Amino acid sequence: MKVIYNIFKHSPFTTHYSLIFILLLTIFTSCEDILDLEPAQSISNEIALGDDESVKQALAGAYDYLSVSSLFGGEIMRNAELYAGEGEILWVGTFTAPKEIFQRNILSTNTDVSGLWNNAYIVINACNAILGALDVVNEDDRNQVEGEAKFLRGLCYFELTRSFGQQYETGGGNTQAGVPMVLTATTGFDESSFVTRNTVEEGYAQAIADLTSAESLMEDENDFYANSSVAAAILARVYLQMGDYANAGNAADRVINSGNYELLANIAECFGQEENTDEDVFAIQISEQDGTNAMNLYFAPTIYGGRGDIEIEAAHLALYDPSDIRLTLFEEIGGSTYTSKFNTEFGNLPVIRLAEMYLIRAECNERLGTSVGDDPLNDYNAVHTRAGLTAASDINVDDILYERRLELAMEGFKIWDVKRLHGTVATMNYNDPKLIYPIPQGDLDVNPNLVQNPGY
Amino acid sequence: MNKIVLFSFACLLSAYTHAQNISVKGNIKSAEDNEPLIGVTILEEGTVNGTVTDIDGNYTISLPSPATLVFSFVGYEPQKIKVTASSVLNVILKQSQNILDDIVVVGYGTEIKTQVTGSISQVKAEDIELTPVSTVEQALQGKAAGVFIEANNGKVGAAMRIRIRGSSSINADNQPLFVVDGVAINTTYVNDGTYVYLNPLNDIDFNDIESIDILKDASAAAIYGSRGANGVVIITTKRGKQGAAKITFDHQFGLSTPSRLREFMNGQQYVDYYTQAAINAGEYDFANNITGYDTEEEAIDKYLNNVEKRFDKMAGWSDWRTGEVDVDWQSYAFQQAVSSTTDFSASGGTENFLYYTSFGYSLQEGIMLGNAGNRLSALINLDAKLTPKLKIGQTLNLARSINNDIPDDNSFQTPLQIVAEPGIVPFIDTVTGDYTNPPTALYANPYADFQYTKGEITTFRTIGNFFAELQLLPSLTLRGEAGGDITNLTQFYYTSDKSSIGQSSGGLGESYSARVQVFNSKLYFNYNKTFDSVHAINFTPGVEYLKYDDFTTIVEGTGFPNEKLQTLASASTITNGSSTISYYRFLSYFARLNYVHNNKYLLNLTGRVDGSSRFGANNKYGFFPSASAGWIITNEKFLKNSTTLSFLKLRASYGITGNAEIGNFNYLGIYGVGSYGEDPALYPSTIANPDLTWEKTAQTDVGVDYGFFNDRLNGEIDYYIKNTSDLLLDVPVPATSGYSIQTQNIGKLVNKGFEFVINADIFDNDFKWNTNFNIAFNKNEVTELANGQTIIDYGASDFMNVVMVGQPLGVFYGAEFAGADPDNGDGLWYVNAPGGGEETTNDFTLANYVIVGDPNPDFFAGMSNSFSFKGIQLDVNLQGVYGNDINLQGDFFMSSNASQYDNQTVDQLEAWQEPGDITDVPENRLLFDNGTQSRSSRYLSDGSYLRLKNVTLSYTFPSATIRKMKMNNLRVYASSYNLYTLTNYRGWDPEVSTDAFTDNVYYGLDFYSAPQPKTVVLGISIEL
Repeated sequence: MKVIYNIFKHSPFTTHYSLIFILLLTIFTSCEDILDLEPAQSISNEIALGDDESVKQALAGAYDYLSVSSLFGGEIMRNAELYAGEGEILWVGTFTAPKEIFQRNILSTNTDVSGLWNNAYIVINACNAILGALDVVNEDDRNQVEGEAKFLRGLCYFELTRSFGQQYETGGGNTQAGVPMVLTATTGFDESSFVTRNTVEEGYAQAIADLTSAESLMEDENDFYANSSVAAAILARVYLQMGDYANAGNAADRVINSGNYELLANIAECFGQEENTDEDVFAIQISEQDGTNAMNLYFAPTIYGGRGDIEIEAAHLALYDPSDIRLTLFEEIGGSTYTSKFNTEFGNLPVIRLAEMYLIRAECNERLGTSVGDDPLNDYNAVHTRAGLTAASDINVDDILYERRLELAMEGFKIWDVKRLHGTVATMNYNDPKLIYPIPQGDLDVNPNLVQNPGY
Repeated sequence: MNKIVLFSFACLLSAYTHAQNISVKGNIKSAEDNEPLIGVTILEEGTVNGTVTDIDGNYTISLPSPATLVFSFVGYEPQKIKVTASSVLNVILKQSQNILDDIVVVGYGTEIKTQVTGSISQVKAEDIELTPVSTVEQALQGKAAGVFIEANNGKVGAAMRIRIRGSSSINADNQPLFVVDGVAINTTYVNDGTYVYLNPLNDIDFNDIESIDILKDASAAAIYGSRGANGVVIITTKRGKQGAAKITFDHQFGLSTPSRLREFMNGQQYVDYYTQAAINAGEYDFANNITGYDTEEEAIDKYLNNVEKRFDKMAGWSDWRTGEVDVDWQSYAFQQAVSSTTDFSASGGTENFLYYTSFGYSLQEGIMLGNAGNRLSALINLDAKLTPKLKIGQTLNLARSINNDIPDDNSFQTPLQIVAEPGIVPFIDTVTGDYTNPPTALYANPYADFQYTKGEITTFRTIGNFFAELQLLPSLTLRGEAGGDITNLTQFYYTSDKSSIGQSSGGLGESYSARVQVFNSKLYFNYNKTFDSVHAINFTPGVEYLKYDDFTTIVEGTGFPNEKLQTLASASTITNGSSTISYYRFLSYFARLNYVHNNKYLLNLTGRVDGSSRFGANNKYGFFPSASAGWIITNEKFLKNSTTLSFLKLRASYGITGNAEIGNFNYLGIYGVGSYGEDPALYPSTIANPDLTWEKTAQTDVGVDYGFFNDRLNGEIDYYIKNTSDLLLDVPVPATSGYSIQTQNIGKLVNKGFEFVINADIFDNDFKWNTNFNIAFNKNEVTELANGQTIIDYGASDFMNVVMVGQPLGVFYGAEFAGADPDNGDGLWYVNAPGGGEETTNDFTLANYVIVGDPNPDFFAGMSNSFSFKGIQLDVNLQGVYGNDINLQGDFFMSSNASQYDNQTVDQLEAWQEPGDITDVPENRLLFDNGTQSRSSRYLSDGSYLRLKNVTLSYTFPSATIRKMKMNNLRVYASSYNLYTLTNYRGWDPEVSTDAFTDNVYYGLDFYSAPQPKTVVLGISIEL
């Protein structure tokens, strides 16, 4: 130190030093706050849930995640078809994850399975955060926002529970393991973050509670977002999966009776549309600017922007009457047959079509000997004749199920119908341990409280 | 009054001396070859009176009075000669023998190599000149001990992986900090996802590089504080030297081919193999009642029907039964690759003004279809002495690079994925008249896509630094620097409606631009003084500020009217438009103190305080200290007269450096911005961690520098331990929380290793042979993760790389493959139950995962040899790595006994056929996963290799001949790169790590990765 001090004292450059140090001081003391920066493409938690507009945008964010490839962007539907596709469709692609699902030989490291798990919980956490921030939402819209958040959460718990837990048995205790119910937003990590699996019964109860509440909270119209009919439609699916035909039929009836939807004259127009059609109760919004269409990616051949990974086998085509208009929804290219339902890469992806509601109401009424809303024959014929077929005069439950198999083919219903109807996939029973997904290995590694499904 | 008297006296004196003018002239030659030396400085000692030798080595100088002349020349020992009268003075200069007396560049200054107490590897221009590569790291491969350099693949301009003394981080960047002429340059990969990451060092012409100094230990790197933990690479470009103008011209021209190829089934082999696979599958399905066929015949028929339908489809217009077409698809992935480089430079200067300026053009065609790059570059380095006390200077490096990149390895458009096509797929579809594409081809055809796609990335890069250095006192200078690194990148991409990507949207176009700017300013003092001729002190305190900003814009559109209109102005729909901004700042204070006692005892203390915008509010600033000491034993009396041992220094250092290469805002709890149905949307993306801070690496290094026989044999030995703690770890959290990771400072890992360097002048007569050998052993071990956590298995991916306590980073963890069951052809794995024996299973899910391989080499080494006789010189450089495994994930498709329709490598023909067959290839059963599960040691292969990296044979014409041609130097040469590779690797090339998954942990992976080029060039160097 002394050396330097001497230099200052005796140097002829003392004035230079002063200048330099003033310069230094001005540059580097004013720099303190330059280290505090805010990101330009994202915002902090406090702001994101701090006002009416932000909470509503966070709600759109939950839909955004609902629409990712792993969820309703297509993989939920694709996997439901692949899982029970043996004999009717053929997986010819190279991706390991869907191939394992098609071959019903899934590893706990399957990335599509973990995609479903992870993304569904992202939606659930987003909904929990919104439900915790309702007090900043304008009072007029508060019920709607709450209803939509509950709808999305209930929908996710339904999909998770039926994917990772054994089929709900009507009248059974349903104590088989489902998925963990997380109902509060994550703000940090502690003991309570390491959740355990709830039962299938609890999973269905949560889904029903959320969806029922959502149906009553929401308006009956809400552009392409969820409204009370959308919640009722999912409720119809939930009850149908449980074998609770009375509730399922009633819920389907509420959707049909809302008067907001009607069957299109031409079934081909149900698919690949830019706007929701009159038949769409709920559809994932996909445009060139926004959204991804995983159904197109896997089902459509390359000339329509897909990979052509799923081919339709002759056995499936043989199910249709030659005059069935729905046969025109298949196309042969280069010796292989593909479904054309998803040929539009940038078109909406229907999640619930009104036709499904007619078929649910018909099935439930037929099973119960009731005619809630309408006679089952009329509901059946509404769908049947639209396909260019002659109206039936007498039907039974099997006819309705057969119609359902054709009408909703490749739209994500196959495995669920096998399960609720106690059918088989090739040589596997509906309740084979290999017909539910393994809990993703990544989460098992992190959370010792999670128990793997038998068979994995 | 006094002054006037003095002045008059002085005038008289000068008049007197003028009258007594002494004129000296002569010629200066080199002792080694007796050739004239050009540009030797002759200076009257203690004055500014001087001159330099001309093209013939002649000089003339006038002296006012008897004086001492100092003859000095770079690389030669200076001579002092007293002159009393006019005379002819011919001088012979000897090359300086003591190579250890070199200068090394350290952060914010230079040091004498013999006095350095840290561990620094230096590579000089002459060590890498003539190497036929385009970037400096490629030329550095194998040249510096402990510096592991590997190309991701053989694509032009591909990013390189550089690890100095191992990987010290799991989630933060492991690349070293690069400092070019004082500027900490940007090494962020700028990319929009369409193409692979380009190497940020592409834009530097390595012919302009004077030296590369690699700071390896904490003592050397601590001056770079929180950015020094991965080591620092300091690149210094050439500057003008006093003397006559020196003009150089270099030209190289060459051809490249793939280093290695793989062998695939031909069409007939494929048909036979898959037909058998269908039969086998039918038998297997029926025997195990999988689908529920009634008879075996029914099952076989079904599978045969499927496979033949598929053959029909693939054969298109041709008949696969007659073998009408048989295409060698692999050959279409490659192209004839031409490369050429041309460099001009001019340099020279006077005592007060020095200049170096260069201009270069390099063209590199890649061996992969459609891959090429070129670069125009210029360097202007100026140094001016404005007053005796004020020096200013600048460096200006300008480059324009154009790259025709190819998509990453995981894309159908990457050329090498073409090998998936079986030989029965015709090259041209006669129906459409176009290249075969799906549904005939198995996948989108990269060859066709190349014809219909145009992609070009143009980068303008400016790296510049301006400095001023003020001599405040004879022993004290103040230096200010203001520099920057600006990258302007624009990417054009267009693919027509005939390509696989554009066909569904009527053609697709994209325009992407990015600007990345780094401003780096600093101000520091240097105090350098020797007291009582034994206490030498060098003290450097300073401040530094670094400001980084990047800006990107992207626009995409579809629906182009025709192939002539390719810009977005013609797109009928704009499908995407976005822009982003990101930034970070560092504010730092540093100081270094060197103390040398009697040129025997050395001490170095360094400290740096770094503040960064990347760190959480609770940890904005960090302190990084280091200390090191050395002892030059040969300067002690008892060794001073040793004839054998000419130099011996012991050194030891300890210090802490940091790693701050995490995302810019990882500490904040934030919502990301998206959209749904074109409505704006927010979603939770990161969970907050206000405690987030840099990683700390505490490094201990002990080393010996030695020289024997007057340093004819010399080298270094180092041992180090690098303990990294507070790892910036993406800690997996339960996904049920809605998050999958949280970045935390948690966990520890250690790198320990030895480095040996030996340099020897084995022959030093007319025939010269000098050799350099270096080898480094590094052992990496993860010692601690989050509480209770023993493994991180990211997404449980097929790549098998995991982070596991007690293991090196990224070890392969999966099922251990046991070949085919000799009885039935089932693929087997070892059960590997804890404590279990050799038991095997055909059920993959019953096989316990074990460590099956390690992507980290046990050691890597390099050897340079230079042989010369008269003007002929042969340089032979070898480089190799040993003991690493590579996971060939592409083999899951191409070497997997017909579990996919992809064409198979010929080794799959060895599949099990009948009971008793002993083979590693399970029975081929069409589309069944028989032993093919990807997370298996089946796909590992030893990645060790020894490679003839570079061989150069050159001839330098004798001076007498070329002087007549008015040249100073003329050299012609032939050179090669990757001429020969010795390896047992099963894939294309063992120097590989796929560019589709670039990560610290996902490493040692081969996925249709381009092999390295094998290049042969001819070149000429001229110096005027």
